[in-house]
Amino acid sequence: MDGSGHGSLHALTARDAGLVGCRTCTRVCDAADDRCPRCGARLVSREPMAMQRVWAWLIAGVLFYVPANVWPMLLTSQLGRTQEATIVGGVLDLWDLGAYAVAIIVFVASVVIPVGKFVAIGWLALVVRRPHGHKPGQLLHLYEFVEWIGRWSMIDVFVVAILAALVQFDLLASINPGIAAVCFALSVIFTMLAAMSFDSRAIWDQIERIAP
Amino acid sequence: MRPAPDLVCCPVCDALHRLGELPEGERARCARCGTVLGTGRAQAILRVVVLATTSLVLMTIVVFYPFLELRQGVFGSRASVFDTVMTFSEGIMVPLSLAVGLFVVVLPTVRLALLVWALLPLSLERAPWDGAATALRWADRLRPWAMAEIFMVGVAIALVKLADLATLSMGPAFWSFGAIVVITAFGDSQMSRHTVWTALDTARSTR
Repeated sequence: MDGSGHGSLHALTARDAGLVGCRTCTRVCDAADDRCPRCGARLVSREPMAMQRVWAWLIAGVLFYVPANVWPMLLTSQLGRTQEATIVGGVLDLWDLGAYAVAIIVFVASVVIPVGKFVAIGWLALVVRRPHGHKPGQLLHLYEFVEWIGRWSMIDVFVVAILAALVQFDLLASINPGIAAVCFALSVIFTMLAAMSFDSRAIWDQIERIAP
Repeated sequence: MRPAPDLVCCPVCDALHRLGELPEGERARCARCGTVLGTGRAQAILRVVVLATTSLVLMTIVVFYPFLELRQGVFGSRASVFDTVMTFSEGIMVPLSLAVGLFVVVLPTVRLALLVWALLPLSLERAPWDGAATALRWADRLRPWAMAEIFMVGVAIALVKLADLATLSMGPAFWSFGAIVVITAFGDSQMSRHTVWTALDTARSTR
């Protein structure tokens, strides 16, 4: 237990021992405790509604991602003419400018990461429902990666905000945010909440159920 | 089995461990999933407090000084972080304006203030202030929502987009903000939940 069997799949869990572990401060508490006596965080051995919550936030995230891509993200007006650019349109503009690296960063942050997150969270939520043959370490790596990278999708929203704040020269040139900026920000927030609702302890629970 | 002070539960996979005092520079990892459970850094708390205080001071510069300056012929515009936040201040964009303000300025500042509140007395070897536990818990919860570093990348991309439209220069707030991002990242790397909470526990019991 003290690191000797590093990487082994079986371990005595707080639930097995009839206790509850605090996920905020790592203290081990009585199963009867409602809140952690040390840090005051709410204690649950396993969140019964965790998966429903994951699905609810995930579906909300996907729903908002659609208009975020269809509607304009950026409204650029130069000498009276107004141009609208969607997320992908903005990436193509950057590519035409020759800023390939930046175009790739924005494309990854606004398209690859959100879509990858939807797939990864959905897949994880499906896999941990029953006993699975996947290595828990790999599932955990995927989960932690998804949880860490999710916030970076906000880049494009911030870019729009900065551009709109700087470029306000009345008739000559001005940049304004489009409605897609709101949808995209909400989509990112909802998928972050979906990732946070996922209980990583579920990855290991099924393994114990196969071979106790 | 009974809860004991040296009994530690992995927050990621629920495995139980017995963890004593860790020697300086040593890390304890979960035997099953490899999550870092604790770090042996006696000076960690002092370091976190110093870094958080520095970031808080720099934050005042960020809010009150110009961030970026744009020039094109006779036209010029200056944007502070406050202007950036207020960009979406019309109609349906208001919630977005609030969100940008929260993620970029308010939440990072609140988080730093909470850390200082919870850990400053500890670093001076005094009894913790009231609500230290609540402050520390919220600092932990707010962590993913404080997005200052993401805003910095956004600034870099905006600079590229505007490069041939006009001349840009960075104001003092820009450099302060960059410093905050680096300092905060370093401060977070010093933190380990078990270590910090045990220290708070000890300080409370000797009160």
